[in-house]
Amino acid sequence: MSKVYNKIESVTGNVITVRADGVRYQELAQITTRFGKSLAQVNKIDGNLVSLQVFAGGQGVSTGDEVRFLGHEMRVSFSEDLLGRIFDGSGEPRDKGPALTDNMKSIGGPSVNPTKRILANRMMRTNIPMIDMFNTLVVSQKLPIFSISGEPYNQLLARIALQADADVIVLGGMGLKYDDFLYFKEELSNGGALSKTVMFIHTASDPTVECMMIPDMALAVAEQFALQDKDVLVLLTDMTNFADSMKEIAITQEQVPSNRGYPGDLYSQLASRYEKAVDFANSGSVTVLAVTTMPGDDVTHPVPDNTGYITEGQYYLKGGRIEPFGSLSRLKQNVNGKTRKDHRALMDAMIRLYSSYKETLEKKNMGFAMSRWDEKLLKYGLLFENRLMDLSVNMPLEESLDTGWKILAECFEKDETGIKSDLTEAFWPVN
Amino acid sequence: MTENKGRVVSINGNLVSVRFEGNVSMNEICYVHVDGTKLKSEVIRIRGDIAQIQVYEMTIGIKCGDEVEFTGEMLSAQLGPGLLGQIYDGLQNPLPVLAEQAGWFLERGNYADGLHAEKKWEFTPTAKVGATLRAGEHFGTVPEGPFTHKIFVPFHLLGTYTLKSIAEKGEYTINETVAVLCDERGREIPVSMSFRWPVKRAVKCYAERLAPTETMETKVRLIDSFFPVAKGGTYCTPGPFGAGKTVLQHTTSKYADVDIVIIAAVGERAGEVVETLTEFPELIDPRTGRSLMERTIIICNTSSMPVASREASVYTAVTMAEYYRQMGLHVLLLADSTSRWAQAMREMSGRLEEIPGEEAFPAYLESYIAAFYERAGCVLLPDGNKGSVTIGGTVSPAGGNFEEPVTQATLKVVGAFHGLSRERSDARKYPAIDPLISWSKYKTVTEPVKCAFCRNILLHGDEIGSMMKVVGEEGTSLEDYIVYLKAEMLDAVYLQQNSFDLIDADTSKERQRYVTDKLIVVLGSEYALADKDSARSFFNRLRQKFIDWNYTAFKSEAFAKAENEIEMLYADGDGKLGNKAERLLKGGV
Repeated sequence: MSKVYNKIESVTGNVITVRADGVRYQELAQITTRFGKSLAQVNKIDGNLVSLQVFAGGQGVSTGDEVRFLGHEMRVSFSEDLLGRIFDGSGEPRDKGPALTDNMKSIGGPSVNPTKRILANRMMRTNIPMIDMFNTLVVSQKLPIFSISGEPYNQLLARIALQADADVIVLGGMGLKYDDFLYFKEELSNGGALSKTVMFIHTASDPTVECMMIPDMALAVAEQFALQDKDVLVLLTDMTNFADSMKEIAITQEQVPSNRGYPGDLYSQLASRYEKAVDFANSGSVTVLAVTTMPGDDVTHPVPDNTGYITEGQYYLKGGRIEPFGSLSRLKQNVNGKTRKDHRALMDAMIRLYSSYKETLEKKNMGFAMSRWDEKLLKYGLLFENRLMDLSVNMPLEESLDTGWKILAECFEKDETGIKSDLTEAFWPVN
Repeated sequence: MTENKGRVVSINGNLVSVRFEGNVSMNEICYVHVDGTKLKSEVIRIRGDIAQIQVYEMTIGIKCGDEVEFTGEMLSAQLGPGLLGQIYDGLQNPLPVLAEQAGWFLERGNYADGLHAEKKWEFTPTAKVGATLRAGEHFGTVPEGPFTHKIFVPFHLLGTYTLKSIAEKGEYTINETVAVLCDERGREIPVSMSFRWPVKRAVKCYAERLAPTETMETKVRLIDSFFPVAKGGTYCTPGPFGAGKTVLQHTTSKYADVDIVIIAAVGERAGEVVETLTEFPELIDPRTGRSLMERTIIICNTSSMPVASREASVYTAVTMAEYYRQMGLHVLLLADSTSRWAQAMREMSGRLEEIPGEEAFPAYLESYIAAFYERAGCVLLPDGNKGSVTIGGTVSPAGGNFEEPVTQATLKVVGAFHGLSRERSDARKYPAIDPLISWSKYKTVTEPVKCAFCRNILLHGDEIGSMMKVVGEEGTSLEDYIVYLKAEMLDAVYLQQNSFDLIDADTSKERQRYVTDKLIVVLGSEYALADKDSARSFFNRLRQKFIDWNYTAFKSEAFAKAENEIEMLYADGDGKLGNKAERLLKGGV
């Protein structure tokens, strides 16, 4: 028997308060307004005064509207039927399929016991050289893609979704432009990956509160798949929008802001999502890749800054390329020692030379004379950027490594590369 | 005593208000009953008949009117044999036991005893019946791993006691009575091998607190020689993300010459704890020849675990450190990261609607940080032995900017500062401790004058380096250029160290002294070098020789051979020892 109330005490932004008894913290309610029904979630109880954040927003809510408490917290249905489906931030279908109500699972569940985790040691192939070769993605890793708005981060995510060797893809879109949503849908269905994908999409025009639900729903579903021995890749875009929604709600509820208006628990909130990345001992895994746009390309902005402390490295997308310098995969050494024996040495040498190229480029721009060595570096930098860094380049790791050797051979002598001679003997291309 | 009950009246995040009858005390532990489970909480504010409590678990599903049971006890740690080698959460629940009980996830309301209740320990009495004892004095021992674990009169017993009876040598569990004490009024108090101690109170059962004078070797050259840490001292390691804070602490936990290491993973990644868990049982402690895990305790409250127990975890860790110090052992507590602890305080402060201080941290931030670090110290124990607790905390400043409140509050109270810099870590210069901004008040393993000599070269080299960025190599004199090369070489061969190489990572103080002397010869000499190109190539070769030398075992054949090559190269460059260096090496100033 659910309880119904129809005296709303206050409406502030997206938060309403009602007087009600026996309500549980974080319980869901349904509110019926002139625009239809919406979910609302309890986020504060003070005596019998209950605050709820209304998913559809406070707009048009009347003090006489009906609030019905549902007696359970936010849940999401879990079954194989999810695959290929698209939902919104309330868990309602966004496609034309039926609503799913079987096997409901709570979202935002407890964290994994650290003793039940295993050390991440499997590579996740993406066929993008800048990832596979230089900053290898590892199964169960959590990595953000730091990017300025305007960079092709959603294109990158779509490509990773299509090419990564994961069993299930869960895509969580927050504040997504509608065109981007259509783009993802089209790309994934053209690429034939839709049947292994579940999408939770909040578009920019949807209510703010729903945005906050997306990561939890996506990760709850991913976790369930992982417990069924699946390797799941969760793609989130864009976590800055998620943080901004939290900020909006916190300020509405008059919480003391800590840094640039963000609530004091920003770190914990982000961490509890990212930490869902896991490799279960003797079962599946969850890998998280999340776009974090940096307002004004500022990595010290609270969202990227806190993210950096939580995640295991970052991909830094700049000028349409994954930058080799700002990017880092902290777990790459767990896997790149057992791919091919030239992998590490070649990676190090190519990055070192690329950094010399950058210095030379600077010198050139300042008008200094170019030596023969400088010319070599300039040629090398250009080839590197075109053949490996360009985001459209698509090839398996082994081919990337071979390409790397070819570039070196076109530009340098063996002993100029600083690679141990037994490796150059074995891999230097003969022409 | 435990009849005290209350009812929930409001819920906001993990802060719950409770209307109570009777008396409650500040920091008392209570349990919220919800759906058949009991959620552990702590009283953090009392106003009239309302107590505000922070719940150590997720508060989802709590409703007004839910029953709250007060225990009358403060948050405490169970102390006794069996702590070593354990992996605890912030409230001293052993994680492997929780995994057995609940499986994959840390289900709320699931608790377990910190110590194994059934396990038998070989007890040997060391005090005679009739002996006079005080809190913190021992009356028996049990062997625990490589250590002799002393069994104490519980720290909370005030006054003096007479030992009325004591158990025979034999096997007992931690809860069996092994002795009966008699207080001044003749009341009998049975004691077992374990007792509880409130974690937020410092243990003060020592005779005297001593100044930290003995250097704790970490085997990291940059630390031991330039920015040393003393046993019983404190230090902090602030740095932006990716600068290598955790790797540095990891190295320290392996190589530091202390008896026991307690690692407190406070609000950090679970993956890093897994790494320690996987690696440590396999590693051999060179001091005892046994698994490294046997001297380690891990307190792990990762970032996704509830924030209130994150705040408790540093206290749980330091209490265990103090307990082992009481046995005359040297304990190192590594807290990674204290910023997450400070943020936990900030979150609670915000919920309590306290007036915020700088960056919304609570006004008491500084005094709490100071009180925590003050629990470190070298002490003289009642039995005449010495023990120490050394605390090393990492700090994760927002945006890598050291001007923020947590870093500044920490710098006020620590004895050494190891500031990590983004520039050094980007240039892959590890450990990325910036020698130009770091400092230490403790005693170096080499000699202060020699350190000053080397630092001077570094400073001078850095000045020339920044000048060269403006005027270019062409505009720099050969003399200055050589100083610059010397500074670069010193950095490359001494400050930088490969923490993944077994020999290089483990540089003893004898070796540090030896290498420093050799470096002073090389750096304090004039060379006959014609131009910049020959200077660069000369120092490059020298650098390579030194690095090779670093990878040879101390005093081995290869070591002597590599040293000989350095000397040959030195002679090749026609090195003439300068006056200052000569005086230094002779022991003058």
